[in-house]
Amino acid sequence: MKNKSLVSINDLTKDEILKVLDLAEEFAENPNQRILDGKVVATLFFEPSTRTRLSFESAVNRLGGRVIGFSEASSTSVSKGESLKDTILTVANYSDLIVMRHPIEGSARYASEVSGVPIINAGDGANQHPTQTLLDLFSIRKTQGKLDDLNIFLVGDLKYGRTVHSLLMAMSHFNASFTFVAPKELQMPNEYKMFLKEKGLKFTEQTDLNENLDKADIIYMTRVQRERFSDPMEYEKVKNVYVLRNHMLENTKPGMRVLHPLPRVNEIHTDVDPNPQAYYFTQALNGVYTRMAIMALILGLK
Amino acid sequence: MSKNKQLSVSAIQNGTVIDHIPAQNLFKVINILSLDKINNQITFGSNLESQKLGHKAIIKIADKFFRDDEINRIALVAPHAKLNIIKDYEVVEKKTVNVPDDFTGIVRCVNPKCVTNHEKIAQKFYVVDKASVSLKCHYCEKITDEEHMEFL
Repeated sequence: MKNKSLVSINDLTKDEILKVLDLAEEFAENPNQRILDGKVVATLFFEPSTRTRLSFESAVNRLGGRVIGFSEASSTSVSKGESLKDTILTVANYSDLIVMRHPIEGSARYASEVSGVPIINAGDGANQHPTQTLLDLFSIRKTQGKLDDLNIFLVGDLKYGRTVHSLLMAMSHFNASFTFVAPKELQMPNEYKMFLKEKGLKFTEQTDLNENLDKADIIYMTRVQRERFSDPMEYEKVKNVYVLRNHMLENTKPGMRVLHPLPRVNEIHTDVDPNPQAYYFTQALNGVYTRMAIMALILGLK
Repeated sequence: MSKNKQLSVSAIQNGTVIDHIPAQNLFKVINILSLDKINNQITFGSNLESQKLGHKAIIKIADKFFRDDEINRIALVAPHAKLNIIKDYEVVEKKTVNVPDDFTGIVRCVNPKCVTNHEKIAQKFYVVDKASVSLKCHYCEKITDEEHMEFL
């Protein structure tokens, strides 16, 4: 991965994924190593994403590096009409690595083709967000002790949710089986179901969140967003259906963990938070270790 | 006079004849091959009877011979096209077209949020299904299928 950009989770081989997770494990045990001393990381956030940006910046700071960048495009030359190419070419002169978040899909791939320094995609519209996927994998392995042969429940917006699509692609390396829980309008697109069939991986679909939860090793919750529905009536009908409550977890496996990419709105009731099966805040902490590992590998420091 | 006219349409001395183009895609083929920008003598016929296609079109380009990678670009709109290479009024070679594995330009990415529709960059696609021609964008990774293909 040295000097290579990380644009899409599909760019990584299974071995590379495991290498990132192993190194993240090392950072989890010892997060304060000054291996980024003297390095400058640019965080270019063309749209706000506080959690992702702070997680990256925390990772850089803990490793002794420096951060430059912006958290929204309005205060930059982009608002004067500068092209993405020009912004990237300029910032590449100022930094050793660029972390970029951009609302336009494919912008990270394009940036990686024009930039002289590696690009880490911190989300390009609805397309890819590979560091989220890697921290999800890290969290799954950490809580389950393995990645192989797990039953993953994906819940919520499975049609547009980029995190669930990337997670599905990544978990396909590890003989996962999937249960898709979504309202009719937001079901998993066919291309992903075809992909699983070709790989010989099992999946089932259901609309009721209450069913089969006792079979889950991981329940991965996502937000059902109002703007995804063509018919507002449909949203009103399902908005309270895909809410996880603590009593629903009664008969689940003791080792099962609930994950969520955050921010949560109301899809996980706060009565789940004290349950030791709730893992989403630790998952966010794991993001720091995973991003440390990714940056260290790309900069060739580990 | 009228004889001469007929002669220039029906035969070329040297060049390429592209046959079995779906009639509705004739101008797309002209566009893809940039035939509107070259000075060669070009004749074409459209809405000709064809057993295979119903209505076909045909293009004859004098003194022009295409490279395979040039001509394969038309496979997206004319997958059954047949090429006759003419030398001295004789067909010296027949060719078919093959859908390429990947290509740049030609098609607009269907995704309005794709970077290729926002910055000045050439479109780049991977052909993921050659039979129904479905294209995966190199940048936004979205699929553009035949139904939504818009040619540049």
